[in-house]
Amino acid sequence: MAEYTIKVRRFQPESGEGPYWEQFEVDLDPSLSVLDGLLQAKDNEDGSLAVRCSCRAAICGSCGMKVNGQSTLGCKTQIGEAQEQADKMKAATGVTAAEADSPIRGEGSDLPTAGNPIVIEPMGNMPVIKDLITDMESTHWTKIRRVTPWLLPHGEPPEREYIVDPESMIDITQSMACIQCGACVSSCLSMEADPGFIGPAALAKAYRFVGDPRDAETQERLHDLAEDPHGIYDCTHCFSCVDACPKGVAPMDQIMRLRRRAGEEGIEDPNSGHDHEIAFVKIIEKKGTLDESLLLQESFAPGVKGKLKPSKRAIKEMLGSIPTAIRGIKTGKMRSLPKLIPGVHHKLPGGAQDDVQAIYKHAETHNEEFNLYIKGEEGELAEEPDIEKGAERSTSPDNAEAK
Amino acid sequence: MADQIKVAYWPGCVSRGFTPELHGSMALVAEKLGWELVELDRANCCGAGVIAEHNQELADTLNARTFALAQQTGLSMMNICSTCQGAQSECQQRLDADSAYRAHVNEALSGQGLSYERSEDGSWTNKNFLWLLVEDYGLDKLAAQVKRPLTGLRVGPFYGCYIVRPKERLGYGEHPDRDIYLEKVIEALGGEIVEYDGARKCCGFPVITMNRETSLRQAGTHVGDAIDAGADCLVTPCPLCHLNLDMQQPEAAKVVNRDLGLAVLHLPQLVGLALGADPKELGMSKHIASTRWVEERLTSGVAA
Repeated sequence: MAEYTIKVRRFQPESGEGPYWEQFEVDLDPSLSVLDGLLQAKDNEDGSLAVRCSCRAAICGSCGMKVNGQSTLGCKTQIGEAQEQADKMKAATGVTAAEADSPIRGEGSDLPTAGNPIVIEPMGNMPVIKDLITDMESTHWTKIRRVTPWLLPHGEPPEREYIVDPESMIDITQSMACIQCGACVSSCLSMEADPGFIGPAALAKAYRFVGDPRDAETQERLHDLAEDPHGIYDCTHCFSCVDACPKGVAPMDQIMRLRRRAGEEGIEDPNSGHDHEIAFVKIIEKKGTLDESLLLQESFAPGVKGKLKPSKRAIKEMLGSIPTAIRGIKTGKMRSLPKLIPGVHHKLPGGAQDDVQAIYKHAETHNEEFNLYIKGEEGELAEEPDIEKGAERSTSPDNAEAK
Repeated sequence: MADQIKVAYWPGCVSRGFTPELHGSMALVAEKLGWELVELDRANCCGAGVIAEHNQELADTLNARTFALAQQTGLSMMNICSTCQGAQSECQQRLDADSAYRAHVNEALSGQGLSYERSEDGSWTNKNFLWLLVEDYGLDKLAAQVKRPLTGLRVGPFYGCYIVRPKERLGYGEHPDRDIYLEKVIEALGGEIVEYDGARKCCGFPVITMNRETSLRQAGTHVGDAIDAGADCLVTPCPLCHLNLDMQQPEAAKVVNRDLGLAVLHLPQLVGLALGADPKELGMSKHIASTRWVEERLTSGVAA
């Protein structure tokens, strides 16, 4: 048993007051969870402390919350580890994960604490209903529904179940592992800046159907997700959702798969995401290192030197970048022809460019994807993934969607 | 700790493109620290996640080539870009996971007389300057080299996503403190750490061409938060973050609708200042957001 101080961000709408922090002293084994700590505080100190939970075993996905600023499940975070993290951040920065910007209540606030407080907050990017309970409907579920989260097969349904090659379903097992806890949505740094972003949970769910061999509207789905300006090309590739997900879904990886699939379909998107990708890939093939000005030009107006005319957006974007370029020229940052004139950038020296091009040739004929989630690490008997995969296979795929 | 740091050095693209001051300041700081950098001038772009998005095998092979070039020198590798660190670590993780896949990728390199070998004992590494500084050189040694302590200089760390996430891929099991190294370095150099909300968030650069508003809102918010927390400057080990936080700062100010104007230093510049280098030698005049305030604070006797 050990003593911990948990510092909880509380909010009670009926009080008419704003949110505030409250500290509780709890006493439990370090191997128990942050959720266990919260429930102890609720039992012993304040029954009105609101937290949503059910299974306490990282299966139901109810207890999404932020612990020391990290979006996670309260039941999957050991309180001893949370204490170590709180102590580490305090030692490094001199403050705890949350600034004490509102008054601290509770007995704990005057007492010498058992350690640095473990900071517990409701999930981000969602409205708070009460204390640690967020409104999942207004952001999470609305966005999930946005991606048509059900199978769209064509033709007459078979008499019994759909028969598919098990191999063809493996690709989507990772996205099927989602338990809809919302931790990824809570952590999403793109959504923080653009609340309209479809977001990691919904896009991972979208890939679950795009990758399903039974679905007959893959192309329509990809068009929809790429052509929405807040769709797949609105992800800032920050890996927050990858670290937040308690089930290893790696939503960002699924978004990158959606981009790859949309690219293969040749879908043009209003964000110039596909053009940017193709421009980047081609520049490295030609030059080996990045020609930044050419990347800018080609992202907005691919082939402008040839016959294609830049779009209105391209003209706007390119005009918009002129002040930045002028500032760069003034300070000397861009005061050289290769930096200013697209395409002047040098190639790699001494035949190295040919080596890079040979790699392109080789990779383009294979285009292999090595999925660590599926294949696991060699030697290190992939025990866990195997068990999980086995579980996935033993149930019907739709079972994973029952939540 | 190694007695003498000698590494195969991959400077990346942006440090020789739109942030030339990074490449220059790294060379200067290496000299002052007595590090020997063997530059990999035949190596290629890491792909920044974009090539992997297009064709994963292509990205893995391109980076395997860079690793193999480094291994040919018999030295571990150093990068000076969080994005290179993230993109390369991602490919390395896949290459290291499976010998059959590694052999398949190496097949594409065999014509060039190259092969990437997994380091079974972990002795071959690819580390950002920040990691190397803390883990291999050592903070005590760094502190002992300080000629001009950054006393009174309030520095906000800005890591860049790719060097802090995903933890499992980036060696946090073995080195759990990698997400507080910038704080440790600032402290070792005598500066004051500024804690603000954005230190480990995204600068927005990856979507600057795709969603300018989202991108600049991210950059502007973090710079604004650091100013509100009393920062004199930010420091970053990522030149792509630098592009959005510094080069785009005037544009970001328009999106968040407030005055900004906060110097953003590359990590080698901050180290260089403490080692006594001249701000001009460190290329600080090439920045868009003025660094004058930082220079004044360091030379006005506050540092004495």
